[in-house]
Amino acid sequence: MLPTETHPQTQRNRPALNFAARRPWSTLALLIAAVLVVGAGVLFLLNLKAPGLLTGAVVAAMGDPGQAPLILKAGLLHYLETAWSCAPWMLELTSIFIVIGTLLSVFGVIFALTSLVERKMLARIQNRFGPNRAGPWGLFQPLADAIKMLTKEDIVPTGADKVLHLLAPITMLVPALLVLAILPYGPGMVPVELGVGILFFFALGATTEVGVFMAGWGSNNKYSLLGAMRSIAQMISYEIPLFLAALAVVMLSGSLSPDAIVSAQDGYVFSFVPHWFVFTPWGFAGFLLFFTAALAESNRSPFDLPEGESELVAGHMTEYSGFKYAVFFMAEYIGLFAICGFAVTLFLGGWHAPLPWLEWIPGYLWFFIKLYALVLLAIWVRGTVPRMRGDHLMGFAWKFMIPMGFAVILAAAVWHYAGGGVPGWLASAVIVLMPYLALGRVVAIQYPASRRVYRFSES
Amino acid sequence: MNSLFEIIAFLLIGSLTLGAAVAAVGLRDTVHCGLSLAVVFVGVAGLYLLLDAEFIGFIQLLVYVGAVAVLVMFVILITRPEDGVIQQPDRRRQKLPGALIAAGIFLVTYGAIMQSPSLRRDVPEPAALSIRAVGEALVSGHLLPLMAIGVLLTTALIGAALFAMEGEDGK
Amino acid sequence: MKQPLILPGLGILKGMAVTARNMIGSYYGRKRLHTISYPEERLALPENSRNFPFLVYDGDDPEGGLRCTACRMCEKECPPQVIYIKPERDENGKLTKHPTVFDIDLNACMSCQICVEVCPFESIKMDSAFEYAAYEHFESLVLHKSDLAKSNTYYHGIKPTEATAVDANLEAERQRKAEAAAKKEAALKAKQAAAAANAAAKETPPTSDTDASD
Repeated sequence: MLPTETHPQTQRNRPALNFAARRPWSTLALLIAAVLVVGAGVLFLLNLKAPGLLTGAVVAAMGDPGQAPLILKAGLLHYLETAWSCAPWMLELTSIFIVIGTLLSVFGVIFALTSLVERKMLARIQNRFGPNRAGPWGLFQPLADAIKMLTKEDIVPTGADKVLHLLAPITMLVPALLVLAILPYGPGMVPVELGVGILFFFALGATTEVGVFMAGWGSNNKYSLLGAMRSIAQMISYEIPLFLAALAVVMLSGSLSPDAIVSAQDGYVFSFVPHWFVFTPWGFAGFLLFFTAALAESNRSPFDLPEGESELVAGHMTEYSGFKYAVFFMAEYIGLFAICGFAVTLFLGGWHAPLPWLEWIPGYLWFFIKLYALVLLAIWVRGTVPRMRGDHLMGFAWKFMIPMGFAVILAAAVWHYAGGGVPGWLASAVIVLMPYLALGRVVAIQYPASRRVYRFSES
Repeated sequence: MNSLFEIIAFLLIGSLTLGAAVAAVGLRDTVHCGLSLAVVFVGVAGLYLLLDAEFIGFIQLLVYVGAVAVLVMFVILITRPEDGVIQQPDRRRQKLPGALIAAGIFLVTYGAIMQSPSLRRDVPEPAALSIRAVGEALVSGHLLPLMAIGVLLTTALIGAALFAMEGEDGK
Repeated sequence: MKQPLILPGLGILKGMAVTARNMIGSYYGRKRLHTISYPEERLALPENSRNFPFLVYDGDDPEGGLRCTACRMCEKECPPQVIYIKPERDENGKLTKHPTVFDIDLNACMSCQICVEVCPFESIKMDSAFEYAAYEHFESLVLHKSDLAKSNTYYHGIKPTEATAVDANLEAERQRKAEAAAKKEAALKAKQAAAAANAAAKETPPTSDTDASD
């Protein structure tokens, strides 16, 4: 390089980067190695204290894979009782904590996975890659998101109501997590056996609305308030079709307990068609109603008017940053899992296998397979349709879905009292189809999709 | 009463409910009062659950917290003054008479409750209310109230729709 | 009038079929996947793309082959005044047609191409390189002569049509100059010959009967 004369310059130093920023992959490898070492150490110590505990439980679980989690838990509790002679109340407490820990970790992992799968799937629908930088195929993207959310500054607006601003995300997350406790994940695997489980679910869904209001009000922001109002209106409107569809199922299974509803869907017709409610005419319509209302309850596209980014920034979540936003995000996804889990319980047969020769796959795996299929369906719908307009949304709920809900109840009653022959099925199908076509005409006439006429253009 | 857990739970839920009730009447900002009312409803639902009345407990959550509290919040939002604080008149001189009246009402209510027959241990506990029994009673013995409620709800819905429509026409 | 059967929800199903086709098709070939993995892959830029200027040099020597003569037209015409030129002077202080310093400040350059338009020697042209991101303004985003000098081969590589035209222009210019020089040379020679003939004619006395014609 030839010597050249240059402008008078100021010397600027590059910012000093720490180890993790300079060597991200090495840091990640070190972290994973540390976790593995600590985990191995714990397992080693456990093995020293109680040789054969883990292998014994694992071998016992092999006998009946459908009951593996229960057997593992029972093994652990038995060990605690005999080797460390714990009091019964402590055993109960440990049992509770094992269940809570398992649920939270399983759903936490599913939540992280879903946040990535949603972005990748939406991206592929939109002809692009999703996040693919953070790891092979972007697998560490949820970790990157978590680190980002944790290290962001938590901004509370000056005029905001501090108590409300803090409590709102919690009020939205806790009901979603609580609902996970009553879903039957497998035969005998209900964390909390409630006789009124369905009612519990709806009650907590109603409580979520108060959380949304707190978020919108406490942010001292007109966009937040508008978003919160829209969200509450949408949620209470779409609760009714949700109730009606679930009511048909409750009517026919004779109980409000999710376990009993799943048991009512046991067995096979013609020895290969499962007895699930979705394979009946009223059940099919009810499932579609329930699923659509579920999308609306979770504020997901096409019903994401409250979070319409182009209109309301982020609606009731506008003024939230950092970890509180992560809690909202988590509340939304876990709410989606809870409601999809409910749809699986009510209509898709819970943990039952769809075909008799597939019953070797344990029940809890079937539950999660079906749950994830519904979640993927929700993501697919999100990638397909644009956002619904506010009045279209409300009109759809009140003028189409609620009458359809009543038709579903009527069809369910007719199907039940006809006794299960072909006339009963036909009558039930007709009772569902007629309002569907009639209401479709009503809604289409109300909101005609015609060519737009421009008054002042030449052509 | 029963096990230690139940007593602790009752104390916690009861104090939460009472605290929220005091806050609901005592806080300055009306929106906070409305939300404290929602907490009171949740506390009462908790008490129902402690009494093993699961159905009523969850219906309480569903109806009161899900609908009534939201309604109360909307009403507060519409009718609040500019700065959210309702001007209270000066009530310092009424503190002593107020305390006396409150103590009097407490004594009367306490006496009435302690003398009620349902507190006696020797009376057998009534059978737990099953939802099936409630449902069967509603459609067989209490059919008329059920129909009346249906008519009432329909009337309310029609009225609300009419009310909203009239606003649209500019009347 | 018979109205068509309206089946609510059918439109969404059709839409979902389209998106499913998109999603699955994106794994099979480029027709349904329009993005590329930058920076591992890069799209070829069109020929007319331009970003910041560079100096062209002919041949292999970035100093000797530099077309720039430090005439400072671009420095005068540049609207944001981002060009800084210092011409070279030899030992006598006479201007050589070569710049010592040629700096362009990328922070303010607006890619208007006016420097290219006014250069009489086709020595400054627009480059299409865009990966100039840096951590601070002044060390990395002020380009010096050594950074700016790029060969004519490079110029042909990024803008073949333009470079060929420029080369043709320069060649034509050279030929014109060569012809003009040759003409001038010939005219000068003729003038010299005529002057010599005149001088010779003046010196020798005019003879009448000598047999000088051969």
